[in-house]
Amino acid sequence: MTRLPEEEHPNKAFGWAARDSSGVLSPFNFSRRATGEKDVAFKVLYCGICHSDLHMVKNEWGSSVYPLVPGHEVVGEVTEVGNKVQNFKVGDRVGVGCMVGSCRSCDSCKDNLENYCPKMVLTYGAKNYDGTITYGGYSDTMVADEHFIVRIPDNLPLDAAAPLLCAGITVYSPLRYYGLDKPGLHIGVVGLGGLGHVAVKFAKAMGSKVTVISTSPNKKKEALENLGVDSFLVSRDQDQLQAANGTLDGIIDTVSAQHPVLPLLGLLKSHGKLVLVGAPEKPLELPAFPLLQGRKLVGGSMIGGMKETQEMIDFAAKHDVKPDIEVIAMDYVNTAMERLVKADVKYRFVIDIGKTLKTTW
Amino acid sequence: MSTTVEEQKQQKAFGWAATDQSGTLSPFNFSRRENGDEDVTLKILYCGVCHSDLHVLKNEWGFTSYPVVPGHEIVGVATKVGKNVTNFKVGDRVGVGVLVGSCKTCECCQQDLENYCPQIIFTFNSYNPDGTKTYGGYSDMIVVDQRYVLRFPDNLPLDAGAPLLCAGITVYSSMKYYGMTEAGKHLGVAGLGGLGHVAVKIAKAFGLKVTVISSSPDKESEAINRLEADSFLLSSDPAKMKSAIGSMDYIIDTVSAAHPLLPLLSVLKVNGKLVTVGLPNKPLELPVFPLVFGRKLVGGSDVGGMKETQEMLDFCAKHNIAADIELIRMDEINTAMERLAKSDVRYRFVIDVGNSLSQ
Repeated sequence: MTRLPEEEHPNKAFGWAARDSSGVLSPFNFSRRATGEKDVAFKVLYCGICHSDLHMVKNEWGSSVYPLVPGHEVVGEVTEVGNKVQNFKVGDRVGVGCMVGSCRSCDSCKDNLENYCPKMVLTYGAKNYDGTITYGGYSDTMVADEHFIVRIPDNLPLDAAAPLLCAGITVYSPLRYYGLDKPGLHIGVVGLGGLGHVAVKFAKAMGSKVTVISTSPNKKKEALENLGVDSFLVSRDQDQLQAANGTLDGIIDTVSAQHPVLPLLGLLKSHGKLVLVGAPEKPLELPAFPLLQGRKLVGGSMIGGMKETQEMIDFAAKHDVKPDIEVIAMDYVNTAMERLVKADVKYRFVIDIGKTLKTTW
Repeated sequence: MSTTVEEQKQQKAFGWAATDQSGTLSPFNFSRRENGDEDVTLKILYCGVCHSDLHVLKNEWGFTSYPVVPGHEIVGVATKVGKNVTNFKVGDRVGVGVLVGSCKTCECCQQDLENYCPQIIFTFNSYNPDGTKTYGGYSDMIVVDQRYVLRFPDNLPLDAGAPLLCAGITVYSSMKYYGMTEAGKHLGVAGLGGLGHVAVKIAKAFGLKVTVISSSPDKESEAINRLEADSFLLSSDPAKMKSAIGSMDYIIDTVSAAHPLLPLLSVLKVNGKLVTVGLPNKPLELPVFPLVFGRKLVGGSDVGGMKETQEMLDFCAKHNIAADIELIRMDEINTAMERLAKSDVRYRFVIDVGNSLSQ
């Protein structure tokens, strides 16, 4: 007989969950494990809303298990540490991103690439090693092995730091891996949403000139004036794109809807790199000639390992890279999800868990 | 001081050309420029038959300008050198590959990457700055700027070495650029033809473990026994492909026909690299999930610059690497092309121009 979520673990927890593929969230009582010897438990203060949360609550990827408590951009203050925890103490400002476990012994784990471990455990909606389902950060508390906890430096506000834990690392990692982090480069960012706007900020902080490529002309003014973007191309305007051909060293493509790759390859200089961090469902058409004639490449990337995630947070603190957020109350979350479908947010919702998540027990 | 077409002297040349999309070749008289101050004139002894020749002959890429004299794996002997030529002298064993010109001033040219120069002039089916067409190596002689001429090391046979000028540099350059030369790593070579078989040889010289990936079961024994590949993966066998998932560090994809990339991407480990060097005339189908979830990449590569081509020839000479060839007479070329279309050659035809091209 399966146990109720409230009875699975010793510590009571409360959050909001989706019950079915309508994706509508509502209050939910559940439980979290006792703080193990290597665990860090924290009171959640803020949680970012990632577009993945939306895909998952509506079961758009077909893998959702209900009830589903989303949230993998989770920040707060440590309340308890296990007796073998070395790097954190009560009161520390910490966060958890997209993963809470990995095998710790495969080649990927040994290379600090836990995100590519075949046994990696996602922060929510995944089966943990003890057989229970993981619940994410739209909740009052979190507990995780210290290996998967990051420290948030004092000069980074917690609410703005939250989106870095997924959006931030997702764009920071490929900028480093694909060598697009050198000063003086010209980087393109496709899509100006949660991921895209953070990519702009990191690229600028790394000393690059940045061009945004977007289908929405109404994002241009904001991009140029507030985000410090150097130029803006409307992707449906063939003339604009053609005029910019061969100007970019690299492109971070954050768009997950189907879209043509050929114009983006054209924007790249020779030896340019197109990096995909959004994942369209159907294959893209990749013409061979433009790839070969300029020795260009198309690569992918998915979040980052724990070491690099901490490095990214520290870089953001040092260079004042702060996501632009709209802080909302917990009970606004369903409206926020509806607005997110229409990309009606500049540029990430962050739930003020600490002040607005009211427990019912 | 540049000369106009009228002023620049032309000299007679003879070769075989195709005049329409049938791609059928036949004797053809044309002219080439006289040897200029920067030029080297080659008497052509051998010319490799590259699959690109076939693509262009039949206008499969849509930009053929007829009449076309193909051939960009050209070897011979220098018969004239211009007064500014310092690196070559009459009698030298020399070669010409895929390009005969570039702008010489752009960033690519300055970095010894003339092959990526936006103003590249290909050895055939291309145009010189003066508007004249370039004609390739299925001919008796060629005149080329010294920058685009290669020296053939003494111990490299001219006939079996000819295919290195396109096939060789294509695989060598892609392996070096994408960091696919670490001894002990596992390389898959997809497609076992002109490019594929040279890739196996060069990869073994780098100390890599090599698996040939092919849809033809009858290529297994030659891959292992003749080419000394470490293993063979039959891509048309789903069970074998499944057991090879996540087993290779790199793949060179030499297949010239359109084909799905997903099966090859699945065979790569995390952070794996697939380099595509074939040029199918239809786009490839690129599934994004494997790239994102495994941080994999698909890159292109297109021959190499002149410096690297020379480096590759010297590398091959040092490691005794030459192509496996079938020597043919000039008048057998049309039959050879039909066989090439069916991959019926082990593994490159080379035209014995010196002994069989006659008016």
